[in-house]
Amino acid sequence: MADTGSTRREELKAVPVRHPGRWVGAAGVLVLVAMLVHSVFFSMTTRGGKRQKRFELHVIAKYLFAHPILHGVVLTIELTVAAMAIGIFLGIALAVLRLSPNPLLSGASWVYIWFFRGTPVLVQLLFWYEISYIFPRLTLGIPFGPAFVHYNANTLITPVFAAIIGLGLNEGAYMAEIVRAGIISVDEGQTEASHALGMSRMQTMRLVVLPQAMRVIVPPTGNETISMLKTSSLASTITVGETLFAAQAIYSRTYQTIPLLMVASLWYLLMTSVLTTGQYYVERYFARGATRDLPPTPLQRLRARVAGASV
Amino acid sequence: MSAMGDVMVRAEGVRKSYGHFDALRGIDLEVATGEVMCLIGPSGSGKSTFLRCINHLEKIDAGRLEVDGDLVGYRLHNGRLYELRDREVCAKRAEIGMVFQRFNLFPHMSALDNVALGPSKVKRVARGEAVERARALLARVGLGDKLAAYPNQLSGGQQQRVAIARALAMQPKLMLFDEPTSALDPELVGEVLDVMRGLAEDGMTMVVVTHEIGFAREVGDKLVFMDAGTVVESGVPRDVIANPRSERTKAFLAKVL
Repeated sequence: MADTGSTRREELKAVPVRHPGRWVGAAGVLVLVAMLVHSVFFSMTTRGGKRQKRFELHVIAKYLFAHPILHGVVLTIELTVAAMAIGIFLGIALAVLRLSPNPLLSGASWVYIWFFRGTPVLVQLLFWYEISYIFPRLTLGIPFGPAFVHYNANTLITPVFAAIIGLGLNEGAYMAEIVRAGIISVDEGQTEASHALGMSRMQTMRLVVLPQAMRVIVPPTGNETISMLKTSSLASTITVGETLFAAQAIYSRTYQTIPLLMVASLWYLLMTSVLTTGQYYVERYFARGATRDLPPTPLQRLRARVAGASV
Repeated sequence: MSAMGDVMVRAEGVRKSYGHFDALRGIDLEVATGEVMCLIGPSGSGKSTFLRCINHLEKIDAGRLEVDGDLVGYRLHNGRLYELRDREVCAKRAEIGMVFQRFNLFPHMSALDNVALGPSKVKRVARGEAVERARALLARVGLGDKLAAYPNQLSGGQQQRVAIARALAMQPKLMLFDEPTSALDPELVGEVLDVMRGLAEDGMTMVVVTHEIGFAREVGDKLVFMDAGTVVESGVPRDVIANPRSERTKAFLAKVL
């Protein structure tokens, strides 16, 4: 080793571990992507004696922005927002009741969750849709006494209304468990400290416990919202004209089932993607005080990557 | 304001058990207004439990516990103690400040908001006024430059000083300290004890559960040694520490001094 002495320290370079496997893997993925692109955009098939593009992309393009579909997308969003609003509000109320020292309140909450989690949401939707069978007339009045107003259940509970109630009440049971998990994740010392300041149970919950529970509540709530966006397609069974129903209405006339299901899927994918991004920022907001530095936004991370690569 | 010499805390035969375990077996104690009482004793002796009974964080099973002449958490009627409603307990607790071993600051709020929360939400002080007062209190505990810091950006000693400021913001008649320096790195203990010493000099009535015998000797007006849920010995700190009468006190002091 005669030249060791003549080598200056600065010339010694550290070489990171090489990953030849990644290059092989990337090549494999590239082939798969090429096959997929070919299959979707170029390959042909024979249907009913006619040579056709395998994926009828022109049909997808034709209906992607068709008026009934766009109308369905808007209704899907409305259903999701309304049902989640009901679900979150109910969930918080049920979770607080569930943790109440009053056995009547915690018992009522337990029964609610037991019932709505224990029956299929599709059955619940059909039930609300058919409610007029059991209660043709809804009456506001004194129990077993005089009535003030009557409503016809069929006119009051429209399919959209039934869908919102059905999805919302069901979601409330799931949200209750999520909120409860969040509440019990907050250190007991926090409750003690706020009680020691003289805050009431409700103030403690609202000002101290729930804001901290949000860090645990938000990720599964985002998950629930994404899930609700897709579950709302069950409303198609009770004639609500949301995204899936709109697609079904078209393909029942044209028999272009697969392209229209793809139209619906593309819209669901777009909506869930937007929600996923939104969830990231909401989580970041509620991480205040839990982490010393907020995690970077995707944009900041991209900038850091680019800056790191150019150095 | 009650004058020096009035009784701020009076305990008579206070009992408390968890299932079969008797945490407090009849505690009789008095703390005069303006007095600093230090509670010492081995872990499990019931000193923290007693402290938590004073502001009704723990319910007592029997006995009388009065703060500034009122029963805490109960109303006496026809020879029975009836537990008070949440709202009434809250009003009483607002007069009693408490500082915890593990600080228990609200991590989602800045130091300033931690201190301003109690006055603005419990006492309904105008937000601007509560913030002004919080600012002054944080300056008093030496944290005038940390108003916007969140608890996890502060050292343990700084967090405990914020916690003291938070309790003081309610303008309490009485301050309870539950081992306020036990969770701190040794070099941070002094800054917290200094703040507490300042409070004592200003005439605040204090009950302090502590392992800091030096602090108890120097700042305390009264030292109480507890063991197995009873008061074993109490008196002027210097005397108790120099000439403990009970064997148990002797044995405990020999270990901690």
